[in-house]
Amino acid sequence: MPDSTVVSLQHEEQHCPELLHHFADPQQQRDASSLGMWVFLATEVMFFGGLFCAYLIYRLKFFADFGAASKSIDATLGATNTAVLICSSLTVVVAVWAAQTARRTLLIGMLAVTMLLGFVFLGIKAVEYKDKFEEHHVPGASFSFDRVPIPGHPDQYANPQHAQLFFSLYFVMTGLHALHMVVGLGIFSWLLYAARKGRFTPEWHTPVEIGGLYWHFVDIIWIYLFPLLYLIDRHP
Amino acid sequence: MSMEIAIPQPVERENYLNKEYGVWSWLLTTDHKRIALLYLISITFFFFIGGFFALLIRLELLTPAGDLVQADTYNKLFTMHGMVMVFFFLIPSIPAVLGNFLVPMMIGAKDLAFPRINLLSWYLYIIGGVMMLHCMLTGGVDTGWTFYAPFSTNYSNTKIVEAGLAIFVAGFSSILTGLNFVVTIHRMRAPGLTWSRLPLFIWAHYATSIIQLLGTPVIAVTIVLVACERALHLGIFDPRLGGDPLLFQHLFWFYSHPAVYIMILPSMGVVTEIIACFSRKRIFGYSFVAFSSIAIAVFGFLVWAHHMFVAGMSVYAALVFSLLSYAVAVPSAIKVFNWTATLYKGSIHYDAPMLYAFGFLGLFTMGGLTGLFLAALGIDVHVTDTYFVVAHFHYIMVGGAVMGYLGGMHFWWPKISGRLYPEGWARLAALIVFIGFNLTFFPQFLLGYMGMPRRYYDYSHMPEFQVLNVLSTAGATVLGVGYLLPMVYFLWSMRYGKPASDNPWNAAGLEWKTASPPPTFNFDEEPVVTWEAYNYEELDAPHSEEVPVAR
Repeated sequence: MPDSTVVSLQHEEQHCPELLHHFADPQQQRDASSLGMWVFLATEVMFFGGLFCAYLIYRLKFFADFGAASKSIDATLGATNTAVLICSSLTVVVAVWAAQTARRTLLIGMLAVTMLLGFVFLGIKAVEYKDKFEEHHVPGASFSFDRVPIPGHPDQYANPQHAQLFFSLYFVMTGLHALHMVVGLGIFSWLLYAARKGRFTPEWHTPVEIGGLYWHFVDIIWIYLFPLLYLIDRHP
Repeated sequence: MSMEIAIPQPVERENYLNKEYGVWSWLLTTDHKRIALLYLISITFFFFIGGFFALLIRLELLTPAGDLVQADTYNKLFTMHGMVMVFFFLIPSIPAVLGNFLVPMMIGAKDLAFPRINLLSWYLYIIGGVMMLHCMLTGGVDTGWTFYAPFSTNYSNTKIVEAGLAIFVAGFSSILTGLNFVVTIHRMRAPGLTWSRLPLFIWAHYATSIIQLLGTPVIAVTIVLVACERALHLGIFDPRLGGDPLLFQHLFWFYSHPAVYIMILPSMGVVTEIIACFSRKRIFGYSFVAFSSIAIAVFGFLVWAHHMFVAGMSVYAALVFSLLSYAVAVPSAIKVFNWTATLYKGSIHYDAPMLYAFGFLGLFTMGGLTGLFLAALGIDVHVTDTYFVVAHFHYIMVGGAVMGYLGGMHFWWPKISGRLYPEGWARLAALIVFIGFNLTFFPQFLLGYMGMPRRYYDYSHMPEFQVLNVLSTAGATVLGVGYLLPMVYFLWSMRYGKPASDNPWNAAGLEWKTASPPPTFNFDEEPVVTWEAYNYEELDAPHSEEVPVAR
């Protein structure tokens, strides 16, 4: 670390407009922001961790019922959504690279495409929810899951109550994930606005980087949700 | 080292208190010191609300018959007492007030890494607090602060969702404070301030922040599930639908046991600073004290199920959790031994902060050792849900955390306000708190061991318990006086107290090397640290200013 005289000199030299007063130099500011986002993502892991824990316990307890319930979800829609999100992660990476290399048009385009993919994801999700609603698979008074055979045991029917538990977890987990997507879209609309105003430079584009981190994290949650909710017991 | 060393400053220089005036200069401030004072006012408010509920509880238990309040009201009283004290006083107490004020100063930074997020955390706390107040005023909650399922999810007819959301919002405030501390401690230290030169207060807050960050999201998602369960009848905790209420307890205690360490670790940090200063010695076993904080944070996450020994858990799991609960006592004991070893052959000064630190040492040791009783499977079955448990955790939370908080408030009050508090009154208050505390809670150990259950408003079938209950209620009154006194003389000293010098205790630490009260950016020049923490031998050496500080 430099001593105090050097630090004050640096303050004189670098008139980075985005440097906040309590940081010594832009590097420190960038490191702090990035660490802050990583730490926040650690809290998010714990947040979803509680749900994954509940899922694990009930999946082991009601193994066959969960399989039957999972089979009723449209895996094609889920797979499409997975592809959509993976593509959006790619566009985020390109956006960060564009910000680093001062390609403003590319940055704006990639942020817009990312948001578009985010909306596509939420749209497909809404279709899924609508299907579940029409099939009476939403937990509550109108829930029904009668005479659905257990995969691999055509003579046995799944317990509707235990299947309802699967759908409870399905709606809570995908619902909270969708809520994170909405927050991500909010962040990205601000990024788009700031990018259009030309605020990001190769020296200062921390919001793009940490906003991108958040987006990747929400993608990764989906990468775990997809097999756990859609792909268990899919063998023909 | 009492007040006569203090040299009054003739001219008041510009500092964080007099730089700007007006409501908005406070409500929109991003200065960590001002935010700390906002927190101080808010948590004091909630402390007295929680204390009011406690007083009503103690008044009800004065007589064996359930005469002052009815059963439903009593249930709400202890629930709201617990929720307010845990989530709106104890958890933010030291971190959000003293930590907010001192973490940047102790590491030589101008502010926390994210000043606006710091302000946001206060607003979230206030939003949560207002929701909690509204919930209280419109009916309250009767489940106990633990809101166990399925009572909370299916049966209780009170405002659980609203109280849960209040705690959810306040939890985010806690997460953001922890996040700010972790990033600040990693990234904002002054040149030369290595990890091994950090004050142990910082290590304690670092460990606390880790727990806040990794624990709080779990209670957040648990509250979300409880709310969904009540609103949509999902069945995740409902045994009729195949759900498991034990899962709720596991998720709840996964946060709420480490939450105890959120309350006690900062207090340990405060006590470490005070003991070193008032023994005029380097802390004994610096690295052991530092790493024991981290060890408590880590082990603290692995012991939660000792709250559930009678809940129908697997016996083998219970054995493991019992063993781990013994293990978590080891780092706490390391701290107590190191504090004691610091006192040994120290030049001890009995100023008010030190009296609180002594109180902490004794009461925390009692609370910790009785915790081992509860970690033992056999004894726990005997005393589960009795006043023994109540006494145990009050020895930790009130005897430990609040003692440390008050000690810290006295120790840093000259720095915060620029004024000295009246030492005589402060020593008297420390004594009253100690006596009142023991009178309140020691009888509860006896009551619990004899079998008085907690959460009963009527013990008329066991009138022999009345004597000890009367003692406890009398003690609560004394304790109340002990808590009111500091508030009165702190407020008094803001106007009439003698002006404090920059370093009235002649203490080590960067926060004492700047003005009292500090300027807005804490230091006039960025400090460069060339000395080890707690260099009291050098500070007290004759002609210390001529001795080079590097060792």
